[in-house]
Formats: sequence, structure tokens, C-alpha cells
Amino acid sequence: MPHLPSPSVPSSSLLHRLRRTLRTPLGVTALTACIVLAVVAVLGPMLFGAEADRVDTNAIDQGSSMAHLLGTDDLGRDIAARVVVATRLSLELTLQATVIGVVGGLLLGVAPTVLGRRLGRLVTATVGVLVAFPGLLFVLFLATVFGVGSTGAMFAIGVATVPSMARLVQNMTASIAGSDYVAAARILGVGRFRLVSRHLLPNIAEPSALFATQAAAGILLSFSGLSFLGLGVQAPQYDWGRLLNEQLNGIYVNPVAALAPGVAVVLTGLTFGLVGEVFAKASGRRAPLSRQQPPSEQSAMAPAPLPDESAEGALVQVHDLRVGFPDGREAVRGVSLTIGHGEALGLVGESGSGKSLTALALADLVPHPGRVQAAEITFDGHDLRSDPHLGTTLAMVFQDPMASLNPALRVGRQLSEVAEVHLGSTRAQARARAVDRLSAVRIPSAARRARQRPHEYSGGMRQRAVIAMGLMGEPKLVIADEPTTALDVTVQQQVLDLLAEVRTETGAALLLISHDLAVVAQVCERVLVMYAGRIVEDLPVAELVGGAAHPYTRALVGAIPTMTTDPNTELATIPGRPPEPGDADQGCSFAPRCALATDRCRSTRPELVGFDTGRRVACWHPVGAVLPLDVRPVDAEAAS
Amino acid sequence: MSSLELRGITVRYGRFTAVENVDLLVPEGTVTGLVGGSGSGKSTLGKAVVGLAPITAGQVLVDGGDLGRRRGRGPVQLVFQNPYASLDPRMTVGAAVAEALPRTGRAARSTEVARYLELVGIDPSRAVLTPDALSGGQRQRVALARALAARPGVLIADEITSALDVSVQGAVLNLLRELQRELGFAMLFISHNLAVVRYLSDQVAVMDEGRLVECGPTDRVLRQPEHATTRTLLACVPTISPAEEAS
Ligand SMILES: Nc1ncnc2c1ncn2[C@@H]1O[C@H](COP(=O)(O)OP(=O)(O)O)[C@@H](O)[C@H]1O
Ligand code: SF4
Ligand SMILES: [Mg+2]
Repeated sequence: MPHLPSPSVPSSSLLHRLRRTLRTPLGVTALTACIVLAVVAVLGPMLFGAEADRVDTNAIDQGSSMAHLLGTDDLGRDIAARVVVATRLSLELTLQATVIGVVGGLLLGVAPTVLGRRLGRLVTATVGVLVAFPGLLFVLFLATVFGVGSTGAMFAIGVATVPSMARLVQNMTASIAGSDYVAAARILGVGRFRLVSRHLLPNIAEPSALFATQAAAGILLSFSGLSFLGLGVQAPQYDWGRLLNEQLNGIYVNPVAALAPGVAVVLTGLTFGLVGEVFAKASGRRAPLSRQQPPSEQSAMAPAPLPDESAEGALVQVHDLRVGFPDGREAVRGVSLTIGHGEALGLVGESGSGKSLTALALADLVPHPGRVQAAEITFDGHDLRSDPHLGTTLAMVFQDPMASLNPALRVGRQLSEVAEVHLGSTRAQARARAVDRLSAVRIPSAARRARQRPHEYSGGMRQRAVIAMGLMGEPKLVIADEPTTALDVTVQQQVLDLLAEVRTETGAALLLISHDLAVVAQVCERVLVMYAGRIVEDLPVAELVGGAAHPYTRALVGAIPTMTTDPNTELATIPGRPPEPGDADQGCSFAPRCALATDRCRSTRPELVGFDTGRRVACWHPVGAVLPLDVRPVDAEAAS
Repeated sequence: MSSLELRGITVRYGRFTAVENVDLLVPEGTVTGLVGGSGSGKSTLGKAVVGLAPITAGQVLVDGGDLGRRRGRGPVQLVFQNPYASLDPRMTVGAAVAEALPRTGRAARSTEVARYLELVGIDPSRAVLTPDALSGGQRQRVALARALAARPGVLIADEITSALDVSVQGAVLNLLRELQRELGFAMLFISHNLAVVRYLSDQVAVMDEGRLVECGPTDRVLRQPEHATTRTLLACVPTISPAEEAS
């Protein structure tokens, strides 16, 4: 995961996801097609084998009739029967060649990791050269080498598939081989071969399977091509390509006979494609989302938190935002917030508290199958529920910069695309702006760097590039979700400074999400503290130390070691763990971990209410805060 | 119990020198905090000790013996910064810990796995789960269990709490301190956070631009810093009070 953080959507095993995908219309179609194909391949030769081979000199080159559905060939053999019977050989050869291609590709692809550095480079370079070789030429060359005939053709086509598979596997294993978990295994002394079988192969299984199905479709086509050219299957054996070859002479006399093997090839190719789609769908986790008005009973239930006094001129206005999942779990449970023009607002809380989903809901990016509901979401006076498209007025920065960058495209190109698509710039203008923006985020020698692909960038530079992408337009709001968490701490500071600078220069507002209070305190003016899907406190950064009213905020602050912490005592921690989105939701969700909890806390939920100027807290016993009197009796009513 | 001694360690990437001629002794059973600013070479030094960064010159000695280019399970283990990247997403937690154990029978293995998971406060019944079912703090505990299962004489912890929630950071630090005292391994604790380093370390080493610029008992270094870098670091201890008023 690649890593759009979706804290409350647990990903399941591939098998599980496959099974789920097989139940969709796409899955059912693919499965049916496969079964039909398998049945024809197995039973075809048994049922129609005799008929397909029966020479009948009285019925040579006949057209379509009741006796011979597709007519007969130059020996009077039934063409329909021959097409059906050819299924087995066509499939067998295709699958065998695919196995050769995939296994060879895996071996060559993994080799650089297993072999030493020098041999590994040699393999990589060889594969690079072979990939650049035109595919068809390569097949023809190999077909001559391996000799005419079905076995030769099978090897030729299988071997010709190896380089592209190997390249794919090399790219995937290179990124996995560079991961921390492989490094950890190396330190533990895990041998090269175990490394491959336990860490590399399982992690590339999904994309490899997808590639194999695509390759199979291509191989089927190549095989038919070779047989058609007379280089593949030789008489008396026949596959679809050979049938095509035999019938082509008669295409003006009996066109169906010539077309039938071609149709068989296309249908089978489509089946492979469908299987590929199923794999792709099962491994991908992205899907369209739904955005809904809250059902009226729900908004009636949701008590209205005090609207902020700044409501009018606010840039973002959110009221009673909820993000739920079809199984009934609710991860964001009625969040209301406002962001002023140019304001830097922090959102803090433990992982899983709903910070990311709140941000994703603002950007209309909640992953499937999440459902977003809100009584109000406006952005710059624009109702997001009716039209969620914000174009370039909203910039989004994620924890993993690769979630926003396409690994295959040059960074400059990705940036200029934004300007071309959203701002209607010309190509040259867009390119100039991309370089300008890259230098604005202090990427050294921006013009040269713009021509590089993301993998040539360091983690910190990628994150800068994503920020630069956000700056291609004129954003009014930058949402940064844990922008520094995946970075080396040494780079974190630079990215934070950059965000602060972007804000001063563009006047954009900033919503900075982090689990780290120190990060937020450094950049923001105001902080929202989130717990179990709700905002429990809203306070100025200056009040964090010493002035927080909510026991949870105080516990968070207290858990941070300082230069005066006594090294001989245990660090303060918050006992227990936050509730899961599915847990029973009664009373204050912090109550099980709160030292100040009373019976009232456990039975009735405190609402987020305002006090002082612009501060809000959701707690029955806030520390040092004087709540307005009128909210107190609510509890007395509810308790009675 | 083991000690770790670095002698004249230099790490170069092409023409760039990431670590230059570092001498450092981590006495057995003690904790040395390694601090330094951006790109000062702390992580590279830690990686060099376990063979993940190329040592251009110098020696790594464990208990006085050269670590050299030996293979297999090393006496030095490393816990990484990011618990989301350091566990194989396709491997169960139990299998990850088992990978660190010497090859023995199946039953002996699973009791050992359970023992190490228990040691770091993870319910052994969770051994069958893959990491995506665990929170960041739990993953970091598993990573710690894996490192400890290799029975290291020396543990290197590289920014192990910086990706964790504050609420679990304290728990992981408490656990680490307790385990270090109980098992008695030597530890090189790398962090940019002086407050955290101060809490755990007997000795503090300061790096700047690849060089070790100051090293001494924690109290002394933090009270009477001798090098300008140390003074700067002390002045920018991460704090949650607003850093700049005018921004
Ligand atoms: N593989 C590498 N190639 C080139 N430079 C590197 C590599 N790894 C680290 N560096 C550089 O070495 C310097 C020290 O990095 P690091 O060890 O991460 O320092 P610290 O942990 O103190 O931040 C940095 O400038 C970094 O860019
Ligand atoms: S409402 Fe009660 S349980 Fe909840 S935070 Fe306040 S005092 Fe604690
Ligand atoms: Mg580092």
C-alpha cells in the first residue's frame, strides 16, 4: 500500500480478494469463459476428433450446409469439427509457451538479486538489449534457430516473452530488494535463495500473474501468426493459425470457414484478457466513491455543535462530516470544522483516529467502499456535495509521494500536465512553469531534474516535487497528510520549512495532519485534536503546553519526553488503546483511558462546545475551562 | 554481553564522504545516544556497522573481534525507523520473528517465537497475523522482537520512535529501556531528538558532516557542551511550544 492511508479498510489476502472479484459480473463472465474453453479443449478431440479427420472425397470444398456447418476443406473434412478440435493444441502450445516465458522471466528477473553485483549487472544489461529488440523479428529469428514445427515455435515464442517479463520482474524485485524488510532479513543472515523464495517472490506474485495473462493473449496471437506463416504447427497437426492458413485460399468461396479460426483466436484472447482484468481488479483497491446527503434522521440525531464565529469568511466550512463503511463501521463521526483563508490548521491524533479520512473527504478521494456524508461541505463558497471538482484550488500532499507520482513519467512532464489540463497552458508555457515551480521548492538544477523520472529522486525530493505539482495552479488550500512521516528525519525539517514558506508566499491555507504534535506546533496556529473519529478539542498552538482543556490532549502532551524528564522514572503513557471504528459507541469514547472519567462520562457523550474565544472542547470535566452554562443542562436531561 | 568499537570508520558514496574517520566505543551493557543534524551521517554509520553501507576504511569490532565480512546471523542487529517498511507485508508476524531464530524443530521454534512476542508485549496468538493487522506501535514491537530473537550483543536503534504516535512512543521507549537493562545488550541509539536520547543514554555522541565532534557522559555533554554543533542541537530540541511567533 502503496500507500494511500485508509486506516479502517483492512486489506485482505489475494485469495480472498480474488474470490470476491469472481462474484462480480466481470468475474462471472471470465470464469464462465474459462470453463467453456477448458471443456471444449478437453472434450473437443474426443467428440469430434474422428469427424475432423475423416476424409470424404465426395464432399470437397463445400460451403456451409446442414451436414457441414462451416463447410469442408480440400479433403472433404468438416471445418467446424476441425476448429473445435484445434482448441486443445492451440491452448496447450500457448500455455506451454507462457510457462516458458514466465518461468524464464522470473529466473532472469530475480538473477541480479541472487548473483553478485557484476554478474547481476551483466544480466540486467543483456535483458535491456533484448527488450529493445523488435518483438516480431526476435520471434522469427528464434523460430529459425529452434526449427520449424510446433515444439520449435513453442520455444521461440516462449523465449521471446522472457525479456519483457524479466524486465518487469527486475524492476519489481529491485524496489523490494531495496526495502527495509529485505535489509532486515540480510542482517539476520537469511541466505540469497531464501530471500528470493520468502520475500521477493510472494511480493511480486500479483503483478506477475497479471502480466502472465496478458502475455498469454499475446502468445496465442504470435502462435497463430507463426502457424499461419507455416513456421509453426505442421500438418497433419493443426492449430487455429494453421486452419486459417489452409482456409485462406477459399476465403472468397467460403468466407465463414476462413473466419472461424480467427474468431476462435479472438475469443480466446479476450478470455485471457478477462482473466487479467479479474487479477487487476482483485489486486487494485481503488474504486469509485459515493458522496451522499445524510439521511434526514441522521442529521436530526446529530446535535449541532456551535458553529464557529468565523463561519462567514471561512475558506472551508464542514458540518457534521461522516465517513462510514458498508459494514456499518463509522470512522469519522460527525466532524465540524472551519478553515479560514490563509490559516494554518493542524489536525493531530493517534493513527486510526480518522484524520486521513477527514482530509480525503474534503478532497473527494475517500477510497472505496467508504461513504461520505455531510450536512455541509463548502470550499470557498462552493458546495462540494453537488460538485466535488476543485481543480487546482486544492493541493494534496500524501505521506508517500509515490502515491501522487507516476513512476513511468518524467517529473517535469507530470507537472506540466497539470497546467495543460487544468489551466489550458500551451506545452511550452507549462514546461517553463514546471521548471519554475521545481526551483521554487528548491530542487537544485531544476531544468535537468525535470527530465528525470521519480525513482531518480530521493524521498525528500519526491515530496518536494509533489508540493511543486500542487503549486502549478494557484491553490487556496494545501492539505498535507503526514507529509514527513515516511521521510528520514533529517529531511523532515526541510519539507516542513517548505510548507511554511509556500503558505507565506501564496497565501494558501494549510491543513497539516500529523501524529506528531511537535510537527504541527511548528507550522500551525491552531490545532484540532481528533479521537475515535471526532474532534475533541480545538485550541491555539500556544495553549498546547499547559493550556489544554481535554484530558486526552493533556495526556498526549504529557507523553512527550522533554529535557527535564527524569531518566529514572518511566515515561508517561496513555494506558489502553483507542476504540476501533466498529466498537460500541456510548458516552465519551476516551472514558476507558481517562483518569477523570465519571459515570456521566460513560453514559452520555459530551458534545464539542465553544468557550473562551474560538476554543472548543468535548468533555464533561475539562481542565481549567469554564464552559458556557447553557450547555450543561443537556446532560442532566440525557442522564435522567 | 558485548561491546561495540568503531575504529576510523569512513563511508564514501562516489566522491561524497558520508562518514569520515569515526572512532566510537559503546561499552558493554550501556547505551550510547548518537545525535546530529540533517544528513550528518548518523544513519549511514549505523548501517555501516551492520554491513548495509559500504565501509571504505576502518574496522568494526565486537568484543574486540573484527566483524569483517562474516556471513550469517550477526551479533549486531538493527531496528529501522519506519515500522511500516521494515516488516514484509506478505509474511506473518510469527514467521518474521522465526526468521531470526536459529534453525531448530518446529515446536521449539514456535515456543521461542511466542516467548519473544511476549517479551515485547504482543499477544503470541497474534503470531498468525500479517503486519497490516497491527498498528504502528505494535509493528515496531514486532521489529524489536525480531531483532532480539537473533540474540544480538549489540542493538542499533535508528530513529525507532519517530514514526510512532506519541502515545505509543513512550511505551516503546519504556520497553526498550527495560529490555536493555534486563538482557544487557549494548545499544547505539540514533535519534534527532535530544530529549529522547537524554532519557535513554549513558553516553552521548554528536555527529556533524560525517565526523564525530563530541562524545562523553550524557550529563556532561548536555550540561556543558563543548562543541558548537552540540550547542546548536540543544537550542533546537523539538518542542511543542510555538517555535516562531511571526510566521
Ligand atoms: N546511498 C547513498 N548515496 C549517496 N548519498 C547518500 C546515500 N545514503 C546516504 N547518503 C548521504 O549521506 C549523508 C548522511 O546521511 P544519513 O546517514 O542519513 O545522515 P543522518 O542520519 O545523520 O541524517 C546525507 O547527505 C545523505 O544524502
Ligand atoms: S468526558 Fe469524561 S471521560 Fe471523556 S475526556 Fe472528559 S473527563 Fe474524560
Ligand atoms: Mg538518519
